[in-house]
Amino acid sequence: MADIYAYINHKNGVADDSALELIEAAKKIDAGAAVTAIVTGSGSELDQVADAVAATYPKVLKFNADALAYPNAEVVRKLLVNVLPADAILLVAHDTFGMDLSPGLSIKLDSAFVSDVADIEGVDGSTLKAIRQEYSGMVSTHVTCDISAGAVINVRPGCFAPDESQSAGGTVEDKSGDAGDLSTGRTFLEVVEAEVGDVDITKSDVLVSVGRGIEDEENIEIAQELADAMGAVVSCSRPIVDAKWLEKSRQVGTSGQTVKPKVYMACGISGSFQHMGGIKGSPFIVAINKNVKAPIFQVADVGIEADILEFLPELTEAIGEL
Amino acid sequence: MEILVCVKRVPDTAENEIEVNGSGSDIERDDLVYSVNEWDNYAVEEAIQIRDNVGGTVTVVTVGDDESEEVLRREMAMGADNGILLTDDAFEGSDGKGIATLLKAAVEKGKYDLILTGAQADDGAGQVGGMLAAMLDVPYASLVNKIEVNGDKLKVGREIEGGNQEMNEIAMPCVLSIQTGINEPRYVGIRGIRKVASVEIPELGAGDLGVDAGAVGAAAAKVKRVDYFVPELGEGAEMLEGSTEEIIAKLIEHLKAKGGLK
Ligand SMILES: Cc1cc2nc3c(=O)[nH]c(=O)nc-3n(C[C@H](O)[C@H](O)[C@H](O)COP(=O)(O)OP(=O)(O)OC[C@H]3O[C@@H](n4cnc5c(N)ncnc54)[C@H](O)[C@@H]3O)c2cc1C
Repeated sequence: MADIYAYINHKNGVADDSALELIEAAKKIDAGAAVTAIVTGSGSELDQVADAVAATYPKVLKFNADALAYPNAEVVRKLLVNVLPADAILLVAHDTFGMDLSPGLSIKLDSAFVSDVADIEGVDGSTLKAIRQEYSGMVSTHVTCDISAGAVINVRPGCFAPDESQSAGGTVEDKSGDAGDLSTGRTFLEVVEAEVGDVDITKSDVLVSVGRGIEDEENIEIAQELADAMGAVVSCSRPIVDAKWLEKSRQVGTSGQTVKPKVYMACGISGSFQHMGGIKGSPFIVAINKNVKAPIFQVADVGIEADILEFLPELTEAIGEL
Repeated sequence: MEILVCVKRVPDTAENEIEVNGSGSDIERDDLVYSVNEWDNYAVEEAIQIRDNVGGTVTVVTVGDDESEEVLRREMAMGADNGILLTDDAFEGSDGKGIATLLKAAVEKGKYDLILTGAQADDGAGQVGGMLAAMLDVPYASLVNKIEVNGDKLKVGREIEGGNQEMNEIAMPCVLSIQTGINEPRYVGIRGIRKVASVEIPELGAGDLGVDAGAVGAAAAKVKRVDYFVPELGEGAEMLEGSTEEIIAKLIEHLKAKGGLK
């Protein structure tokens, strides 16, 4: 089989959790594979990450260039096209960087692309079998992918349990000289940090979180009343912020805030992976949803099949009477 | 500015329960409500706003069957100037690369400065925009939630983790995939729909596009969906049953035990 590579994201000198997950995904493709990690960046942070990643991967290729100081996907794509063998299998985390990089990379490498893979069942000849989800996680699919001319595979964060006991004792090779031309039509300017809102949902022990099921801006009041009765704070899923019913700082999820409450009440939220990706430390999750098949019920501790517009006011009243 | 927006007709997940059919070959399509892919609608709104600011035209294009025409009309009722329907039996079963190949051919029939797609659609792959850009050999940025026009360059904001925004300068022509929240898509009333009801929408097949039918469709697809299934529920939630009063009583016990009540 072709060589397997993993592109490692990092920030502030620390490799992303996906570094440990991608190698587990690679083992499901080829249990005996010697997976090569690719780390790009510049300066001492890069060295720090490359050395740390060598604890997990037998071989780490390090690319150091000013143009790589920030992970601009267009620049990284050019680099990978310059350095990867044509039939390489490359694993990338399905995060905002991976989404930016991978589809175009697969075209430039003339290889297959499978997006957002939740599980890998193995390889049969040159056919990779994987599991994905569609329709916001409401259904799953088995997909096959012809990897005979290589593949770029995006791996959903959190789906491959890391094995931290292993130690690879890998070597780091500085390949910066092979980087080639990295000029692109897209220039990174700056990162604008998220605005701080009037309440900090990350500090609350109890969150009453509302999703699209709340239906109307006025109904947010219903959740606020419940939160007041419970001594909790109101947070939300993304569509509520997109509709400008609540401010961005209240959004839970990968593109919002990461929260760590003791109790999380998901009200009219379907439970997409981007939403659940913002919830850490396994809180006690209560899901209230009128659709008993909503994916949220797979991750919740306690589920209630109900219309939140009727149920929440009754719950508020009952708590008020305690 | 000449803007092309790629759109798709998809089952409306907010309106429907998505269920797998008996054999697992497809989802249950009877009685499904379809609409424009949520992300595409934001892309069209953004294109209209840019056109209204700097001049030019907005064209919406889709790969689909006759029924897909309705999403083109809807987006034209919103304010897009033209629609193009790419349709041919040979297109059926295309994977992301196949769809991007068709869109590339459509792009090359015009002269566009800016091409927009939604960040993702019903299959959640988020692949067509990036593939199209690479095929056209123009710059790409995904998950765009801000666009500022500066001459022949754009300043674009990409949404990244934690609510942060990555600012880039991008040369045109380029492809951007649009993230929700970038704007508030305008309401489309029945009058708007009526106004465009009789507008001619050109239909292009493989021959018109100059695309080799063997390069798209199921036969060319490297990635194939084998079946649909409902994921194993795993442990799942403990469902609280009974009357509303009983459910509330049980829930309050849980909340007390877990520190959910002050
Ligand atoms: C790159 C990217 C980043 C993203 N980041 C985030 C993020 O940070 N946070 C986030 O939340 N999402 C994020 N999303 C969006 C995410 O994929 C989902 O679209 C979103 O989480 C869905 O929100 P929801 O559950 O409120 O809405 P839906 O998925 O529409 O679910 C609504 C639920 O409410 C139920 N319901 C409806 N009416 C009622 C009622 N009256 N009573 C009870 N239940 C009812 C329905 O059965 C359904 O389950 C991101 C997407 C992308 C592509």
